[in-house]
Amino acid sequence: MTWLSIIIAGIVTYFMRMIMVALVDRDLLGERVKAVLAYVPSAVFPAIIFPGIFINDYGIFIEMNDPKIFGAIVAILVGYFSRNVIATILSGLFSYWIIIFLL
Amino acid sequence: MLSKKQIFTKGILAVAPHMFSVIPFGVVCGAIGIELGFSPILVYAMSIIIFGGASQIVFLQLLSGGASALIAVTSVGVINSRHLLYGAVLSEYLEKLSFIKKLLISYLVVDQGFAESNKFFQKNRNETHLHYHLLGSGGTLWVCWQISTLAGIILGSFVPEELGLKFAVPLTFIAIVVQDLKKLDHVIVMITCGLSSLLFFDAPFKSYIIISPIIALFVAALVLRLKK
Repeated sequence: MTWLSIIIAGIVTYFMRMIMVALVDRDLLGERVKAVLAYVPSAVFPAIIFPGIFINDYGIFIEMNDPKIFGAIVAILVGYFSRNVIATILSGLFSYWIIIFLL
Repeated sequence: MLSKKQIFTKGILAVAPHMFSVIPFGVVCGAIGIELGFSPILVYAMSIIIFGGASQIVFLQLLSGGASALIAVTSVGVINSRHLLYGAVLSEYLEKLSFIKKLLISYLVVDQGFAESNKFFQKNRNETHLHYHLLGSGGTLWVCWQISTLAGIILGSFVPEELGLKFAVPLTFIAIVVQDLKKLDHVIVMITCGLSSLLFFDAPFKSYIIISPIIALFVAALVLRLKK
């Protein structure tokens, strides 16, 4: 079942890549639709970020002093100013580890 | 006129700086798949079949959290719908290719390759072998993605659970969107999506992952209208 859904997800992804290049007239997407599509990353990824930080493995809201909130704030600040993907991820992880293992 | 080989090489060089983010992202992607309890073969097969970092992580995370296959597949579709935009932009430059070549080259289009090749296309409209740039950029990214996810899968089997590597998932996506925090319209869309995802988190089949982007895109359309 997992395999089948991976294959379907792969086909769906490939179609998104291929359809405008090979099959349909590119003018099919109006300017308005294109403008909205440009927001897709901002409209999708917070749905992974927010629950990944604020909701724990048991589906319960975390306390406001949870180390994940601290880690996320550090990552946002480092990412915003450094523009570096690795620095963003590692700074968040390390600050999270420092709190759970040292404090 | 540049030769095919020259353009191909330019494509490779154009994405080279992106390796600093693509390779660690691939490693994280492979390691997280293992951490979430999936088999190494399955995690690796996704790198070939889907070949899209963000959507691979989301897919595995949703399934491991008990989402239905339909929701997981739909969310991959929503995340990768941005490729419709890339395709629409690229089609202008790939028009002269045969249908088969169009089918093949489409597989290689990913974010970084699109960004770099599109820049090259805009400046070199009159070159005959433009698509070789996309082959160079996309091909390089493909090879690096395969190697780095494999490395992550191997590393992931050694990472102890206490480290809480799952927290790398939201951090990875923070790294992807953090630069857009500079734009107010994007911030509004992000907050809408994030708050909706918390609000609808308990909706059946993990459908928050579809509901919140739809609400956020609706807000994006409103924001666009207000901007005019």
